[in-house]
Amino acid sequence: MASALEDPTVASGNGRARKRTDRSRPRLGRTAILLISGLYFVGPLAGSFMFTVDDPVKGFTLSAYSQIFSVSGLWPSLQLSLLLAVATIALVFLLLIPTVIAVRLGSPRLRSVVEFVCMLPLVVPSIALTAGINILLRWGSDNLASTPFWDTLLAVQNASFPVVLLLAYVVMALPLAFRTLDAGMRALDVRTLLEAAQNNGANRTRAIFFVVLPNLRGAMLNAGMLTLALVLGEFTVSSILGYTPFAVWIVNGNVAGDGTVTTAVSLVSMVLTWAVLLILSVTGGRRSAAAKPA
Amino acid sequence: MDPTAPVGAAGSDRSRRRLRSSLRQAAAGRLAVLPLLLFVAVAFGVPALAMAYGAFTTYAPGKPSSYTGGNLTTSLSGGYLTALLGSIKVSATAAGIATVAGLLLAQAVVTSRFEALRHAVLSASGVLANFGGVPLAFAFVATLGNNGVLTTRLHLTGAGWDLYSFWGLVLVYCYFLIPLMVLSVIPALDGLRRQWREAAQNNGANSVQYWRYVALPVLTPSLLGGFVLLFGSAFAAYATAAAMVGSSIPLITLQIAEALNGNVSADASNIALAMSLDMVVISVLVMALYLPLQRRSARWLV
Repeated sequence: MASALEDPTVASGNGRARKRTDRSRPRLGRTAILLISGLYFVGPLAGSFMFTVDDPVKGFTLSAYSQIFSVSGLWPSLQLSLLLAVATIALVFLLLIPTVIAVRLGSPRLRSVVEFVCMLPLVVPSIALTAGINILLRWGSDNLASTPFWDTLLAVQNASFPVVLLLAYVVMALPLAFRTLDAGMRALDVRTLLEAAQNNGANRTRAIFFVVLPNLRGAMLNAGMLTLALVLGEFTVSSILGYTPFAVWIVNGNVAGDGTVTTAVSLVSMVLTWAVLLILSVTGGRRSAAAKPA
Repeated sequence: MDPTAPVGAAGSDRSRRRLRSSLRQAAAGRLAVLPLLLFVAVAFGVPALAMAYGAFTTYAPGKPSSYTGGNLTTSLSGGYLTALLGSIKVSATAAGIATVAGLLLAQAVVTSRFEALRHAVLSASGVLANFGGVPLAFAFVATLGNNGVLTTRLHLTGAGWDLYSFWGLVLVYCYFLIPLMVLSVIPALDGLRRQWREAAQNNGANSVQYWRYVALPVLTPSLLGGFVLLFGSAFAAYATAAAMVGSSIPLITLQIAEALNGNVSADASNIALAMSLDMVVISVLVMALYLPLQRRSARWLV
């Protein structure tokens, strides 16, 4: 500082040189970083694509992709995953949306309690949760055989719709979904929205359904998509408890020897999920950009 | 109209009515939260308590269970301890590398002029950080596994490459940890004011000095918080390793799954519960570090 004041010409000369290096060097570094990351992140995807289309005997072939719809077991497992995903999203919304509204309108103490509860599942890894569920189910099957709870226990483990997986998935989705919905809620001026609606003659329920919820659409969409991705990719709980949703089917199929087909399926599922999230992020970004100047 | 003037019956009545309605709203608020609390208590609390209880007891059908510290002692010895330490080592290494790489990538994206790049990276990060798991393991096996595309073409096995090793696992883990770091550090980078850089430059600081004395100290809590988050996520990861290697690398999650699935021994599942409890204890320690750091970073980056 002192030397810059003493000799302004030197300082400004340095400044100009610095400006030039600042402009060129970070851009070079940036390009290098983006290139290396691009290679690292695209490499395995490109590699697995080559793996699926390169047959050692026939050479280039797309048969792995044409077999996707005829391969046995894919549709039932995908159906189970989608069914669980829809149920999980519905239950997450049912539990969290009233909570998020109440937290926004309520006291700060309520907020910290809810935040703590929703972050709790982060502390217990999903495999530890599975171990707990596993011991409960075992205890149940050893001790409840002669009681009326037996039917409940069987219903919870019903293979066509395992409620036990639904419960575990909702628990696992809570931290992410709460943060997303809460962030969306914080961006709204809920109090004013509710007052305006009530001044126009709506009662509280009507105001929440027709004024607050439509404004929360973006956050709900995001939370729903993240939950969908979580359920479609979930492997830990379902494989240990012995169910075969999408991710477990992929691994089993690969072990059984349909290597290229299941790799093709997993590649397609990943690219599709990414495309949907990309569309969401672009439209979401546009909406928030449009909202900013107003 | 003077708002302080009407101290009569009407005013106190109105304030009482307002008080009553706000009380009713507060009660309704608590009621709206109740289903969530009940759900967490049943779907999360009961299994968690069963896990903790099982870790300290023996269990065999038909026999009364008895309290024991043996499960925990076993879970912290021999092969189980090796697996726990192996998990910690892999997670810490991968999280450290991913913290640095994620910061560099996030900075490159934030300073880029291309809005599309930002969207692409952010949404891809969302997918890779959350969906990852099984597809990720397959992509790496197909590319760098024993018969992988790159392994066979570049004769990597001869050069000593093995995907199913410590460094192979670190390479794979970074694939979902770096995106997670990008997601968690971008808000902090967005929060760095341009004025701070200008102020540093006006005082004669060069780029390195700006980062050394201004940006990094401000970012440190977010970076440490990010590291802790990555560590926790790598530590809890199971699907990737299971789909990739079965159980040839000592990892605590693979050991738990094996003890739960296989018929290793009669009390294996109680040891699995004890190992789960070990994991929870480590996760709690990690979270206890993370939360204060996050609060500290929030002070600067509003």
